[in-house]
Amino acid sequence: MTFVANFSDTTLRKAVRVVAKLPLSFTVNGEPRQVFVQPWQTLLEALRDELALTGTKEGCSNGNCGACTVLLDGRAIVACCMLALEAEGQDILTIEGLAKDGRLDPLQETFIEYGALQCGFCTPGFLLSARALLNTNPAPNEQEVRLAIAGNLCRCTGYDKIVRAIQAAVEREA
Amino acid sequence: MATVSERKKTRYIGKRTPKYDALERVTGQALFAADLHLPGMLHGKVLRSPHPHALIKRIDTRKAEALPGVKAVVTAADLPPPERAQGMLGGELLISIMDLRRLTIAHDKALFEGHAIAAVAATTPEVAEEALDLIQVDYEVLPPVENALEAMSPDAPLLQPDLYTKTLGEQPERPSNVATHSESSRGDLERGFAEADLVHETSYETKMVHQGYLEPTATVAHAQPDGRITLWTSTQGIFGIRRSLGHLLDLPLGKVNVIPTEIGGGFGGKIYAILEPLAALLSRKSGHPVKIVMSRAEVFRATGPASPTHITVKTGAKKDGRLTAAYVKLVMDAGAVPGAPIGGASLVCLAPYKLDHMKIEAYDVVTNKPRVQAYRAPGGTPAAFAVESHMDQVAERLGIDPLAFRMLNAVDEGDRMTDDRPYNRIGLKEVLRRVAKHPSWTSPLPPGPHRGRGLALGFWAGATLTSTAHVLVHADGTATLVSGQVDLTGTRTTMQQIVAEELQVPLESVSVRVGDTDSTPYTDLSAGSRTAYSFGAAVHNACQDVLAQLRVHAADHLTAQPEHVEYADGRFWLRDSPDQNVDLVTVARRSTFRATGPICGRGTVTRLQPAPQFAAHVADVEVDPDTGKVTILRYTAFQDVGRALNPTQVEGQVQGGAAQGIGWALTEYYHFEKGVMRNPTFLDYRMPTSLDLPMIDCELVEVPASDGPYGARGVGEVPIVPPAAALANAVYRAAGVRLHKLPMTPEEVFRARQATSAIG
Repeated sequence: MTFVANFSDTTLRKAVRVVAKLPLSFTVNGEPRQVFVQPWQTLLEALRDELALTGTKEGCSNGNCGACTVLLDGRAIVACCMLALEAEGQDILTIEGLAKDGRLDPLQETFIEYGALQCGFCTPGFLLSARALLNTNPAPNEQEVRLAIAGNLCRCTGYDKIVRAIQAAVEREA
Repeated sequence: MATVSERKKTRYIGKRTPKYDALERVTGQALFAADLHLPGMLHGKVLRSPHPHALIKRIDTRKAEALPGVKAVVTAADLPPPERAQGMLGGELLISIMDLRRLTIAHDKALFEGHAIAAVAATTPEVAEEALDLIQVDYEVLPPVENALEAMSPDAPLLQPDLYTKTLGEQPERPSNVATHSESSRGDLERGFAEADLVHETSYETKMVHQGYLEPTATVAHAQPDGRITLWTSTQGIFGIRRSLGHLLDLPLGKVNVIPTEIGGGFGGKIYAILEPLAALLSRKSGHPVKIVMSRAEVFRATGPASPTHITVKTGAKKDGRLTAAYVKLVMDAGAVPGAPIGGASLVCLAPYKLDHMKIEAYDVVTNKPRVQAYRAPGGTPAAFAVESHMDQVAERLGIDPLAFRMLNAVDEGDRMTDDRPYNRIGLKEVLRRVAKHPSWTSPLPPGPHRGRGLALGFWAGATLTSTAHVLVHADGTATLVSGQVDLTGTRTTMQQIVAEELQVPLESVSVRVGDTDSTPYTDLSAGSRTAYSFGAAVHNACQDVLAQLRVHAADHLTAQPEHVEYADGRFWLRDSPDQNVDLVTVARRSTFRATGPICGRGTVTRLQPAPQFAAHVADVEVDPDTGKVTILRYTAFQDVGRALNPTQVEGQVQGGAAQGIGWALTEYYHFEKGVMRNPTFLDYRMPTSLDLPMIDCELVEVPASDGPYGARGVGEVPIVPPAAALANAVYRAAGVRLHKLPMTPEEVFRARQATSAIG
């Protein structure tokens, strides 16, 4: 069986449970934020538990499902596999920051129009993985779209409408 | 409800209206149970058995209780005595309340790896986890019963000394791991086989798989000082959770309020109370709200996956292809306590075929595995994998085209289901005719070696049960639908369409609210392909009640009799003098503040006819001769949906169900070693990713149902039924090997090819 680094591992946590919290300064959704976190806390926990940004979801805690995908300097990462303190000075975009000035991102619009979400638990992760793709590749083909979201699991849609929604957003942004 | 014989012109029904709750989901605002945080809230963790089968000799929680930050530790001893734990709970699968009590927390025996032994509430999740390590449990490890066939042997260890097989025959004298042996039959099987020119028999095996919902099971419980319990929970049915809590915690139903949070996928796996009783016990003991969120490994090990099966199929057929007899033996593994989906599998297995002589025997068997829950058309996928693979072989042996073979034997209105209920209007033949004309079937395979095309059928009868809805009309003429019907993926959307359609008001005027058990009347769970169908009928009826009430008010306003009042598009008028009229807003305002009071329409249905659903899937695959990997080139799902209330939502159900069926077929399974699951992560339990699936084309066939709203049928479950067989049939044509086991992993396909020397 495969070994997976798992920051929610009990043994690791018990060893350092009593360590005092440390300061973390970073930018979240365009705003400078400062919080205090345990050295073993993940970026996901800092976002959800310290900043109450619960739009970022926890589906597996070991980087397999992509529900906790956020953008770090425009690049998609899984927030459960990064320690919070590693985000010091970095620029993080979460689902709460994807719509700007009350205007939805074209991906958010097309996800709604194309029915690319059902239960919606995985949706924030998909939107951010897709955003990261379009940031670097403004004209991806279907295979490139599928590759970009291959780290995000969806159990409701079979991906069909998600792929179509991303392709539609590509056209909308062109 | 009245039969919908002719298709009326509609404004919202059949339209691709946007998902009601989409905006909150694309902006991260939708609240799931794990997102909740209450003042003073504690975090709960569950100690689980590392052994699949063990006696619990002693549990010592003293050290855990002494750990700073720990506020409560509970074990089975904290459950109230079982006097009220009587009866059966419904859902998609039945479970006795005593068994649910046993599953909630192990009493004297751990029945599967992951069985809850104790639970802790503490100020942080880390303290709670540390406390788990301080709980000392003395186990006497017993040999695990690893699969159903082993469990059925007379010398197998017994899981429960008080379990006796339920059967129609003689009452057994000895306890057994076989909980039920059921039989359904028609005609004279021996005569049927004697009439056959060809008798064919095959056996199949499927493994345990998980629903794979992305949201780990989570719940928040708050026990108030007056004894009331409030639960915020991720569930498919709030009233079932309330009833379970009432029985397990010895509380009247009115003292338990269940509030549904948004649910991140259920697929049948979020029906029973699993975490809720533990969270409630911890909250009761600590006096604080308690949140428990499962890890993904706990979800795999301790929630309730789908039943593994062993299935044998024997049929007789004439040379011309007509089936003369069929026998199916279903051995289904329920896991730790009885309740495998033998009913669903029995209904599905022979559903598409007209048979004068048939017999189905089914065994519900307990083993040391997690107790199964429903999984989308529970029992249907393994049953169809077996029978649809088998029928493909029969057709081939007779030299008949697989589609023509199925058309020749297809059931029609008036024929009987396997439980002898007659079919009302069904669309199987229409589905088959659509396949016959469609390019996915008629066009040649794209050129290339090791490619093949497979066809398989699927069936689901669909539940109806009890549904209740209220529609409130506000003083400004807008309306709100209120119910306790949990919205899994699209209920609010479709119900908004129905209310707007019936009240003839703009879509934006209609709000939909999912309430809690304290403030809404009983409605059954969202499962069994019943929600759009049965709840939709209740909503439709509530709207008729609203219109009747409004008509009385309008008549009063117009000084006329209600039967002389007409209504359309937000305006009431007198039939004989249309210039005497009043608008909906005026009537709504007047009724709210004067006259008889606000309008509240009520709709309930309890006895709809079933609206059976048939599907056919066609898959083109390519098999890599070197690795055995199956790649899907093209996939088309044909389904009789009766009437697509919202085609986007319906296609979403079809595509999602097909994708789950494909995962079941090709990659997903619980890897057990001596009863211990070795792959409880999404890396090792391999669900399809975007790279594993093609676009899934949907061909919606609309043969109106005999009952229910607008002719619609339930659509959610039948799409998971055909994929495994469609792929097995395609793999056979692509690679020359017939797979009798799921999943058809590269290794299995490769070995099968080696075994038949088909390599080359």
